[in-house]
Amino acid sequence: MAENIATIFQWLIFLGVAFTSIIASLLVITRKNTIHSALFLVLTFLCVAVLYLLLYSQFIAIIQVVVYAGAIVMLIVFVIMLLDLEQELRSGLKLFYSKVIGGLLAVLFLFGIIYSVVAKSPTGKMGSYTPDKVSANVKAVGEMLFTQYLFPFEIVSVLLVAAIVGAVILSKKRT
Amino acid sequence: MQLLYLLIEIIVKCVVVFAGLMIVVAYLTWLERKVLGHIQIRYGPNRCGPFGLLQPFSDAVKAFFKEDLVPGRSDKVVFVMAPMISIIAAISIFAVIPFGNQFTLPGTNWVVKLRLADVDIGLLYIFGVASLGEFGIILGGWSSGNKYGLTGSLRAAAQMISYEVALGIAIVGVLILSESLRLTEIVRLQGGGFWNWNIWYQPVAFVLYLICGLAEINRTPFDMPEAEAELACGFNIEYSSMKFALFFMAEYAHMVTMGAVAVTLFMGGWQPIIPQLSFIPGIVWFCAKLFIFLFFFIWQRGTFPRLRYDQIMKFGWKILIPLALINLLVTGLIVSLKG
Repeated sequence: MAENIATIFQWLIFLGVAFTSIIASLLVITRKNTIHSALFLVLTFLCVAVLYLLLYSQFIAIIQVVVYAGAIVMLIVFVIMLLDLEQELRSGLKLFYSKVIGGLLAVLFLFGIIYSVVAKSPTGKMGSYTPDKVSANVKAVGEMLFTQYLFPFEIVSVLLVAAIVGAVILSKKRT
Repeated sequence: MQLLYLLIEIIVKCVVVFAGLMIVVAYLTWLERKVLGHIQIRYGPNRCGPFGLLQPFSDAVKAFFKEDLVPGRSDKVVFVMAPMISIIAAISIFAVIPFGNQFTLPGTNWVVKLRLADVDIGLLYIFGVASLGEFGIILGGWSSGNKYGLTGSLRAAAQMISYEVALGIAIVGVLILSESLRLTEIVRLQGGGFWNWNIWYQPVAFVLYLICGLAEINRTPFDMPEAEAELACGFNIEYSSMKFALFFMAEYAHMVTMGAVAVTLFMGGWQPIIPQLSFIPGIVWFCAKLFIFLFFFIWQRGTFPRLRYDQIMKFGWKILIPLALINLLVTGLIVSLKG
């Protein structure tokens, strides 16, 4: 009885969140006002975070909120406010080529997603880290990062440092 | 039946925490005016009820009955939504704060835990929701269609991004010591007397937390987004009546949250000062410690002048973040040397 209610509840949440995220991501690319687009982007990220929660990965969900919905969109909004985009649009910004290239890339990604869903049956093999163990414990994620995936982790951090130093140098050159 | 009882318990706890938080926020405004009044050698509110104790209610009634203006040049939907985002974020942070230990309902064996949610990612949840709350301030200033408002929200964005970094790094020291993001676990490890509190093991992180916390909630000396002297109230310049009151409540609720997190991380949460005093319920200890922090927030507002904007940014990036990093390195070194 109780489990039934929980399952129905989870399904309702999933349906609501999934449809909201689809509608919000459509609105991101159709709104004229860039700030509104950014806000719908936040909504999309929040919906994805709820999807992660339904998959029992709390850590990924909250990282999604902190990094994407919080920090990155905040930076985007900050930059939009500094630039006067409306004036640029009024002066006739040509977007034809970027639209074509973007459209092609989007179709390519769509095929990639369809292929990966259809071609491979998503049955993982059992390892020492069960989903429960990984999701319920930030420690498990940290252990994996610093043992099995140490090398990619280090490479990513070097890359990030290089990007930060590069950003500082570029902004200094201009003045 | 068990499920129904659980549901009732959750709803009752939510209502009690919400009502309690709102009462604390209402009387915090009263306390702030009284304390600032005494600091500045004047009386503060003393007309409404004894000692002006009914002042918050008269303020609320006034805010309700004022005319609600929406400027013509504003972005109407975002303008209405901004205060809501602020207050929702400020209140939802309280979901993970542990107010006390558990107690058994008299006459039954039903155990009530004095917290709304005990999640594995408690501390990260606080950061996530707090960073969503900043959207309220930034969008509020932008959507007003007013240059003071826009300047205020730009300042808010820059300041909050800068100080969030130092705040996050400072807290990692506490996390290394407690080896958990779960707030109840952090509190449990600080039990057994005040000498076990994290404030003695992480004094630098504590000071950094207080400074960055003040910047996060936009309080003097970091109240750049609404600097009255330069921006004529900044991001909330066009807001009137209940929308302004919502921003105001969000700011004070955020202040209470900052205090509550400081109590949880550094002052042992609901744990008593010495184990012999544990007959006093944990929630009393929690409120007493919280009151110290709230008083500190008001006290320093009456003491320090506002910093200049470039000084704030320089202070954040060139002093606080390096200090936080050094604190993190030293903590990690000591912990790894101790094994």
